[in-house]
Order: sequence, then structure tokens, then C-alpha cells
Amino acid sequence: MNGLDGVRAPGPLIGQPVARVGGEGRVTGANEYVADFHLPDELHVKLVTLPVAHARIIAIDPTATLAMPGVRCVFTAADVIAAAGEMPRFGPQFNDRPVIATGEAKYFGDPVAAVAAETRDLAEESARLVRVEYEQLPAVFTIAGALADDAPLVQEGTKTNVLRHHDIAWGEVAKATAELVVENTYHFPMVTQFAIEPHAFIAAPDGDGIAVWSSIQHPYWLQRILARVLRLPLAKVRVHAPDPGGAFGGKQHAKYEPLVAFMALKLGRPVRLVLSLEETFVAVRRTETEIRVRTGVNNDGTFAFQDIDADYLIGAYADIADRVVGKGSYIGNGPYNWPAARISARSILSHTVPSTAFRGFGNPQINWAVESNITEAALRLGMDPLELRLRNLASFGDKFVPFDTACDGQWGQAVRRVAELIGWDSPKPEGRGRGIALGIKSGPTTGLSYALVRLLADASALVYAGTSDMGQGARTIFAQMCASELGIPVERVSVVSGDTAVVPYDQQTSASRSTVLMGNAVVTASRQVREKLVALAGGDGAPTDELVRRALGRMGGEISAMGEARKDAQPDHPLGGSAAFFEFNATAVELSVDVETGDITVHKHATVSDVGRSINRLQVTMQDEGAAIMGLGHTIMEHYIFDADGRIRNLGAIDYRIPTSMDLPEEMLSDTIENGDGPGPYGAKGMSEGALLPVASAVAAAVRDATGVVVRDLPLSPENVWHALRQRDGQ
Amino acid sequence: MTMRINLTLNGRPRTFSVQEHHTLLDALRDDLGLTGTKECCLVGECGACTVRLNDRIVDSCLVLAAEADGGDVVTVEGLAPEPGRLSPLQSAFLEKGAVQCGFCIPGQLMAGDDILRRYEHPTRHDIEEGLAGNLCRCACYYQIVEAVEAAAHGRAHEETQLVESAVVREMPPHVVDQ
Repeated sequence: MNGLDGVRAPGPLIGQPVARVGGEGRVTGANEYVADFHLPDELHVKLVTLPVAHARIIAIDPTATLAMPGVRCVFTAADVIAAAGEMPRFGPQFNDRPVIATGEAKYFGDPVAAVAAETRDLAEESARLVRVEYEQLPAVFTIAGALADDAPLVQEGTKTNVLRHHDIAWGEVAKATAELVVENTYHFPMVTQFAIEPHAFIAAPDGDGIAVWSSIQHPYWLQRILARVLRLPLAKVRVHAPDPGGAFGGKQHAKYEPLVAFMALKLGRPVRLVLSLEETFVAVRRTETEIRVRTGVNNDGTFAFQDIDADYLIGAYADIADRVVGKGSYIGNGPYNWPAARISARSILSHTVPSTAFRGFGNPQINWAVESNITEAALRLGMDPLELRLRNLASFGDKFVPFDTACDGQWGQAVRRVAELIGWDSPKPEGRGRGIALGIKSGPTTGLSYALVRLLADASALVYAGTSDMGQGARTIFAQMCASELGIPVERVSVVSGDTAVVPYDQQTSASRSTVLMGNAVVTASRQVREKLVALAGGDGAPTDELVRRALGRMGGEISAMGEARKDAQPDHPLGGSAAFFEFNATAVELSVDVETGDITVHKHATVSDVGRSINRLQVTMQDEGAAIMGLGHTIMEHYIFDADGRIRNLGAIDYRIPTSMDLPEEMLSDTIENGDGPGPYGAKGMSEGALLPVASAVAAAVRDATGVVVRDLPLSPENVWHALRQRDGQ
Repeated sequence: MTMRINLTLNGRPRTFSVQEHHTLLDALRDDLGLTGTKECCLVGECGACTVRLNDRIVDSCLVLAAEADGGDVVTVEGLAPEPGRLSPLQSAFLEKGAVQCGFCIPGQLMAGDDILRRYEHPTRHDIEEGLAGNLCRCACYYQIVEAVEAAAHGRAHEETQLVESAVVREMPPHVVDQ
């Protein structure tokens, strides 16, 4: 990665909890999300789906729908094929997903038709009248089902539902021995991102091109997908990406944007599709995972080997899920030094919702298994689980994954700090248990971000940065960086994003990359502007506004520069590139369990992340604590429930519970480790996912500590914990 | 079938026509163009569409527009005392770090505002319970609770000062308590 030349001491603005850019609009209702935009003469779209997981589409009869005044079209695969000559397929990894179901519906929720009508009511009502004749086909929606010898194949032209294998090994696990071997199987169910903003899409003809509005994390990737399926030059595809109302990975990649684009071009009018929450549940989810792990430890507490097989159940189309499997699993051994390790992961297709990125990107699943197994190893050795972890933890510079970036932090500091926060060595109150777990995730493996900085004639500045600000506060820290480098008040900086026709290219907003990659681009551009300013002003040594007066004189104008941050692909690396940095987190909890109900009360939740350097400490805390609470959601509450036909039965907010203000730990103790050792501005690292990674493992360890029961299938819902307690008591 | 509705919206009388089956949420967003109130679950669970109707807050997705006829409706757009100024609660949300993506925030603010109206000195439990119907997936819950607490404390502080000085003055634009 091209970094910044030389470490400079952060200015006084860095680390400060400056006011959130865009904050005021968020508390007045003025901030506009995609569904808040309306275009003149727009049509409303409603999707038509089938009540089965897998079906052959025999015929689609639009007669009754089209008979309703105000219905403009019932759009199907035939319309796409008529427009494009064939069914275009797209996806971030494989071009496998059709614009709309063609021939087969491959999962519950797969749209087979889309109605466009003059009003939203009419679209919804008339969509129910579309008659789809179909033949229900056998479906697979479990790991075992998808792997069975006689399993129906999800994608045509394949011989197995295993899409890909991801194998990594070092040392010789097959020959390795240990004085204690702990072997278990763990299960992590399907959960969903549940952004409070349901996905929304608008498309409109735009001269000789197309304009699309989407609550998308990767507007430039979407632009590329649209250009390809529509056979348009990139310059004729304009993606507007207003700030997403929460994304969590679920809004990384194209979903129905190609569909609404084809509809808008056919109808010659703007079309809008705003999903219901139920529809988002069948649009995005996390992979279900089953992990078998064998952990070899010697009696003195040194790790000998670890052997992992992880099966990730992805959906009917790959989306980014196979990458989730590869990137999530390769670092599955955690932040430890293992003499020998083997990780074998598989992405397995099924007739289910295409799974995609979700905060943690495949790591929370494998962490659940590996950290739980390490706790079990400690208990069986009679060792303190904290001590066992510290004994094997990678130190700065250790190549703990031999082919990847070396340990880039003082991780032991975080572990000791979390132990201190939870009071690990203090006596436990009656009935309480404690658990600790560590999490690690690889940051981005490739990256390319450009930022344009314009210093205007009154010493205010514009930053153009294509990062999607979906709640993490990216624009705020870019304003801080620019203001700090230019020496102007942060209130005089505006940050522009969300329009591919205006803002320069950014590869993506994911993997907690933006502080580092876009941050480096913003700082680089700002420093170049500053250098030009000083040269034009004939020297430094005056306040910035005075320099601007001298430099721009009576003509006015501006000084601008483009900054670039690049991390190139490494073709010989198993992941296509090494980690730009690691997100490291240590989490510890103290809880009690109601043995009558199985209900868990978390009394204390401590989380410590190695963030390198906080650019905005308040935002860091918000991200860290938010990730921790989101982790408690999948730990204690969340899971999809399927019926025998592969339909999800708990769609929506009533039957799928996420944490509320009544489900919080009584105390949340969060802290950071800041040694300025990251590759981003002033030594920053990315940090938005770490605190989610080890939550389930820490909570399960504490439940075990409090009650003696071991739960290896998430969630640790009252029901599951209650059953485990009954089993413990021989009932 | 459409029907004519008269109501007071954020202090202003409004008259409009609405489909009789449309909810108050539909009317606010689609007929009146006030998009600050958000749509998510449509079953009264997430709280993103929370508005004030007469003397209580409601999930506007569960209330027919017709039910608001003749009523007094306050939405997030009506919380600020005047354009360009924020209410103490709105300021507290920003200062405490209660706002991330922001999508749930209009509903959280309406629920927080209701807590401040119902309790002179709300306890932490009062606040947590008062916010229980408002989901935040960014999970800024601690910060939201702190913001409501801060606004309540700021108000108490302000009242003390009013009594002491016996001079009426404007509420400060920012809550500085804590």
C-alpha cells in the first residue's frame, strides 16, 4: 500500500469529538434517504414472488393485472431478454444472478415479475393479481441437504452444490500431536442485517444514459455492474448514493438496481422500488455456518495445532458470499501463534436468500467455534482462559498467519485492559459467570480511493470523497483530516459524496477501510493543496486565511489537488492481497442466567479495540459499542426459522427480534488501545467490526462459567439455554 | 375513496385529501411531503414512524389518517423551536453521539420528547422503557438514553436558574450538562 510519507503528529483536531457532518439533518428530519426522493412522473414497482423455495416457472399471466387502470407493465424475464438479447447476469464475484428470475425461481423471495403502476397502492394490489403457473421443485436449504448425494443442484451445469473450497494450511497438522485435543462442532444460524432503512431503488432515463438512486455502500461497483448489463459506457451511468440508513454489509452489492434500470428504460419514465422490511429479509442475510474444530494444546498451555472444517451455507446466487467464506475463514485460527494449522472451508449453494456481507464478513461464525473451543481447552487443562490466550497471543511482528501481514498491534495491551475493565481477577458475585474471547479480522486486501480537495478563495474547503456515510461518520473524520492539514476550522469544510458523476472513484465502503484508505487520500490531497498554497503565497508563516489572500489575490479562484490511496492486488496471495491492517478486539462479559427461564442478563460488557489512533473518539466509541450490541443480537436472539418447504417463517420485526433499549448490558465498558501503529492517517486503523466478532464466544463462556452448561448452537436464546439447563439436570 | 382531513401539523392548520385506507404515515410522507417520519416495519414494532398525536405518541403506520382528523400532530420536523435552531433534546442527541445512520432518529426523538413531557425527572428505567419501542440497529442505545437524560437534567438545571434569577430567558441551544 502506498502510505503517507512520514508519520506526522496529529494536530489538535484529531481525536476530537467534533460535531457530526450531516448530524443536524438527522435530528430535524431533513436528511434525505433514497425513499424520501421523488421524481416527477414516477412509477411505483412491486415485486412478485412465489410461496416456495424452488420452482419451475411455466407461465406468467398478466391479464388481470394489466386490466387495472393505471398499471403500466408486468415486467418479466421476457422483457429483459427482449431488450438485451439474452438474460444479463451479474454479481460481484460471479456473473450468476439474472436481472429477474428466468426459467426457475431459486429461493423463497426470488422475484419472478415486477409490476409498475401509477401509485404505490395500485402496484401492491395489482401485483397480487399476477398469475404465475409454476411447478414446485425439490429444494435444499440446510447444509446437510445441500451436500446429500441426491441433492438437487442449485445452479445449472454443476455437479455439486459446493461452489468453492478455500484451503489454507501450515505446519503439518496431520502429524501434529498434543497432550490435549478438544474437538467439537458449532453452529451459527442464518441472521439478517436488519438495517432500519429498507433497501430502496429508483431508476430514471437520463439523456442517453441512466440515473439510479440506491442506498448502496459501493456506488462505483454498482455503476460498473449497471454499465455491463445495460451495455452503456460508465460515463452514461450515474449512481446517486444518498447516505444509507444503516447497511452493515447488506447494502454492499447490486440487488434490484439492474431490474429497475431495465424497467425505467423500457417505460421511459422514472420507476421506484422501496422494499418492505419483509422483502429485505429475503434480499440479504448472513451465511449459516457449521464449524468442526480440533484444537491441540499441550499441558503447559502452548498451542500445538488447530484443524478446522467450516461449511458456509450460501444462497442460490453467490453475491459476495464466497469471498466471505474465503476471507472469513483464512484467519479463523485467531490472533495466536500456531505451529501447525489447517483450515478448510466450503461455500455451499442452496435454495435460500443469497447471503452477502454482514459486519464481520464471515469471521464471527468461525470465531464462535474457535474461541469457544479455546475456552474449553483452558477449562480442561485447569488453566485460566485469559492466561491461555495471553500465552499464545501473537506479539507485534509475529507472522501468525505465515503468508500474511505480521501482527501489527500491541494486542496484549487490549487483552489486559479488558480483563482490568471486567475485573477478571476479582471475586465474582454469587451466581454470576465471566467469559472472555478475542476477535480478529483482516482489513482490506486491496483498495483504491481518490479524494479531491478544493481550497476556496475564502479559506473554506470542499472534500470530494466517495465513501458511503452509512452511520460510521466517514464524512466527519474526512472534514477533521482536511481541516487539520489545511489549518482551518472544521466548520469551514464540506464533504461531498454519493454521486458517481461528481465525486472521484472509490473502490468500496467495506472492511472498515475508509479511515485508512480514503483517509490517506484525503490527507494526501490536503497536504498537496497546502504545499501549493504556501508556494503561491510566497512562503509559510501566516494563518491559512492570510495565505489564501496572498495566494489567490484579487482574482479569487481556488487551489485543488487529488489524493490517491492504493493497495494493489497480489496475485500470488491466497486472498489476492495481504491485510492492510488487522482489527483486533478483546471482549469480556459478566452475566447471570435465570435458571427457570434460560434468560441471560449481561451485567457488564467490556470491549477493547486496537484502533491505532482515534480520529474522532466519540464516533469510535459509538461504532465499538454499537458493534458489541449488534453482536449480542446474534448471540442471544436472532435466527431465521424455516418451514419444511424452505420458506422463512419469521419475516419482519414482530417475529425476528433484535436488541432494544431493554436488552442492553447493565454496564458497557469500552476502551481503545492507541499506539499510532496503523497504516492510516496519524497511525489510525479501521475499527467498525472488531467488537462484534467475539461476543458470542465470550457470552457462551460466561454462561458456562455461571451454570456449567455448554451451548454450541447459536443463539443462546432463553429456549436453547433452558433446554441445556434441563439436560444438565438430567431432565 | 378519498376523504378530506383537517388537522394541526407542527402548529399549522392543514387540510388535505387522503385515501380512506391510508395511514397517518402515508399521509405525512406521501400527501403532505414531510419525509422526516420514516417507514420501516409497518407493524408497529420498530418505532421509526413515531409521531405525536394529541396527547400521546403513536406508531403512525398503525393509525389511519382519518383517525387524526381534527387532531394535533407533531412530527420530527416540528421539534426545533425555529429554523436553524435545535431543541435541547435534538442538541443532546448530537452531543452525546446518539446519531449514527440517523434513520431511526426521528422516531427516537419523538419518543424522547414524550418521555420529557411525561416525567419531570425521568429515571434511567423510565427512559429505557420509554424508548423500548424504537429500534436502533446502529445500537446507539446508551447514547440515546444519555441524551434524553441530559435534556431532562438540562431542563431541571434551567428551571433552577429561572427561579434563582427570576428572569425568563431562552433555553440554551446546546445542552451543556455532563
